[in-house]
Amino acid sequence: MKYLDEYRDAKIARGLAAEIRRRSTRPWVLMEICGGQTHTLMRYGIDELLGNSVELVHGPGCPVCVTPLEMIDRANALARRPEVTLVSYGDMLRVPGSETDLFHIKAEGGDVRIVYSPTDAVELARKAPERQVVFFAVGFETTAPAHAMAVLQAERLGLTNFSLLVSHVLVPPAIRMLLQSPRNRVQGFIAPGHVCTVVGVGDYEELCREFHVPIVVGGFEPVDLLDAIRMLVCQLEEGRAEVENSYARSVQYAGNRAAQDAVERVFEVTDRKWRGLGEIGASGLRLKAKYAAFDAERLFGLAGVRAEEPSECISAEVLLGHRKPTDCPAFGTRCTPERPLGAPMVSTEGACAAYHQYRRHLVTL
Amino acid sequence: MCLAIPGKVAEIQDNEGVRTGRVLFGGIARQACLDFVPEVRVGDYVMVHVGFAISVVDKEQAESTYALLESMGVLGEELGLGTEGTKSS
Amino acid sequence: MQRITNTGVISLPSDSVNDESSNAPVGFSCPLPLPAGGRVLLGHGSGGKLSAELLQQVFLPALGNPVLDRLEDQAVVSLNGVRLAMTTDSFVVKPLFFKGGDIGSLAVHGTINDLAMGAAKPLWMSVAFILEEGLEFDVLRRVVASMQAAANGAGVQIITGDTKVVERGSADGMFINTTGVGLVREGISLSASQAQPGDAILVSGMLGDHGIAILAEREGLKFETEVQSDSAALHELVDTLLAATHEVRCLRDPTRGGLSSTLNEIAGSSKVGMELDEATMPVREEVRGACEMLGLDPLYVANEGKLVAVVSADAAARALGALRSHPLGKDAQIIGRVTKEHPRMVVMRTVFGTTRIVDMLAGDQLPRIC
Repeated sequence: MKYLDEYRDAKIARGLAAEIRRRSTRPWVLMEICGGQTHTLMRYGIDELLGNSVELVHGPGCPVCVTPLEMIDRANALARRPEVTLVSYGDMLRVPGSETDLFHIKAEGGDVRIVYSPTDAVELARKAPERQVVFFAVGFETTAPAHAMAVLQAERLGLTNFSLLVSHVLVPPAIRMLLQSPRNRVQGFIAPGHVCTVVGVGDYEELCREFHVPIVVGGFEPVDLLDAIRMLVCQLEEGRAEVENSYARSVQYAGNRAAQDAVERVFEVTDRKWRGLGEIGASGLRLKAKYAAFDAERLFGLAGVRAEEPSECISAEVLLGHRKPTDCPAFGTRCTPERPLGAPMVSTEGACAAYHQYRRHLVTL
Repeated sequence: MCLAIPGKVAEIQDNEGVRTGRVLFGGIARQACLDFVPEVRVGDYVMVHVGFAISVVDKEQAESTYALLESMGVLGEELGLGTEGTKSS
Repeated sequence: MQRITNTGVISLPSDSVNDESSNAPVGFSCPLPLPAGGRVLLGHGSGGKLSAELLQQVFLPALGNPVLDRLEDQAVVSLNGVRLAMTTDSFVVKPLFFKGGDIGSLAVHGTINDLAMGAAKPLWMSVAFILEEGLEFDVLRRVVASMQAAANGAGVQIITGDTKVVERGSADGMFINTTGVGLVREGISLSASQAQPGDAILVSGMLGDHGIAILAEREGLKFETEVQSDSAALHELVDTLLAATHEVRCLRDPTRGGLSSTLNEIAGSSKVGMELDEATMPVREEVRGACEMLGLDPLYVANEGKLVAVVSADAAARALGALRSHPLGKDAQIIGRVTKEHPRMVVMRTVFGTTRIVDMLAGDQLPRIC
């Protein structure tokens, strides 16, 4: 498959790894932000390829992991209503709420459906006018344009039975929080390539200027990530702190204006709670008042559904890169993908799940 | 969640006012919405995320970057470093 | 020392925490309660870890006996010195018809294969239908005709049956349950507990065809070259293999849960480790494309016309040749070795030369695949 296979080339990968090991004079601490990137690193054993030349820690770029507890509870509450068809991406189904999860509610008879695209949810609403179709709109900036289009499509079709339960988060505020923490060890970042495809590189330039930290926009295939790591190591070795783009085949500086326009039409920035991290100002999206008719929280009066978030959670430690999944005493024993204690173990992109699936032999080795 | 993969645009259609395309992913054809990439033409590759094309793959960029990457691969082998590093030290 | 309090908070003494920046005990809480067990989930039917748990927690405690406890794909019993194999299976695949087969041919092939994996010649089958009120006779006729063709093709007789009808909405068209009986070949005994370090692991052909064919039907994926289910009776392929060598430890067909579940089961049963080579995994281009698109891994996708063989190291080449000589095994590959390292764990050498685990999935992303 073109533009995929060639970025999995073993020879190039090994060559890049050799170059990284050659240039690196100490184990620089690097963080990749997006869960999809974590998954690739684990699946291909990139950490093994790089040895001690860098230390990879994993960031909070897993929207499933950071969706707040009360949002899961709200989705669960909706799915239990007999008139509601709750539509979601597959990953959300097993994330535990305060009492239960969507998978269990489905087993109890709730109408919960999985889709690959929000367009499918709109289609569902169109075909079943007697059902209240609620789409659990979870994601980062990458997915917001698609969700915006779903609302615009529903509006154009005159649907009155379609709404979004919105749990959108924005990456830069979380990174800022991380960088402001006195416990931060991260010295360089791989920025999420598909988020940047949509929003461009500007936010990361700001972060770089403010905190003097190297940032390289990276893709999702192993060669892309190795190239981004190489560029970060070069910057660090040379004492530079700039934003570079190693995913230029998809990312342009200004991002995708048409996609940004759709988001601006439908959504506005708001404060959001991140599971495990607490509330971060201006870190999320919500539907504008104009689109209240498509806002499940308003339509179904869910504001009263609140959940107690603990002040500390190991998930937070992992999400911020302070600890590795393998540092957690519950990892692989009391906390497994079948019986998860925390969200990063549930989501296929969560750091704990990725470690458990591909690399848990590191715990015993 | 940020899963986006490259596919080739084989056809462009108008689907009730929405611009959609028939996109080929290594032998499978799927519909994708092309509203975010108005400049796309048949034969271009696009990155598709949850059924929406979010960028057109920049052929020239890809080629020039890849040429550099390939030279890394060759260099790595020449320096004899390619076979190390398969175990953590 | 760790203590788990009533509220689920786990506290550690400070010296056991790898955190240089603080001397105080780092208490952390994972407040998310364990999912309330006690209900059957779709994942319990997918052949992965949840299925295994259901066996261990519900079925074996109640029903266990020496034969059942072996948990092979077929049960082998002796009667007057003759070894018979018996197996049972249910088919709940949705949709009923798909490229390369239907619930009927699947039922016959699946039953035959369970027997064949025990080196048994499949002889007789029973078939029990659970039909949904409102099912069209034409649909039923098509399925039955397909079953008859599959049975005839394999030289198997369907000798007894049963029919029940349930209310509209209770059976998605139809469910089929089968029992198969066969005669175990003399002088050979196969079991998932027999794998030994040094043994070779072979697979008889392309992985993931069936699961992707079903998914394509359900999701309306349009392929340029269609992916067909690989549903097929494997008893003759098994005969060909056993004619070439008797140094076969174990045969399994990797259905639900895919190759990974099967290999993990064998590794667990034999208490050995396995090392696979990613570069050798045979996967069709179209299946790879579908998996990329949907974020699936072909190692976890169901197959209905493939087998996994664990054979002695000496017999590996002969076994490969035998499989490849048969039309159903033409794409066979040696995909790895059994090892005494990391027992019960299956690892894979990636194309980069690094290692990753090939885990057993908790549930299945493709329910109702068989």
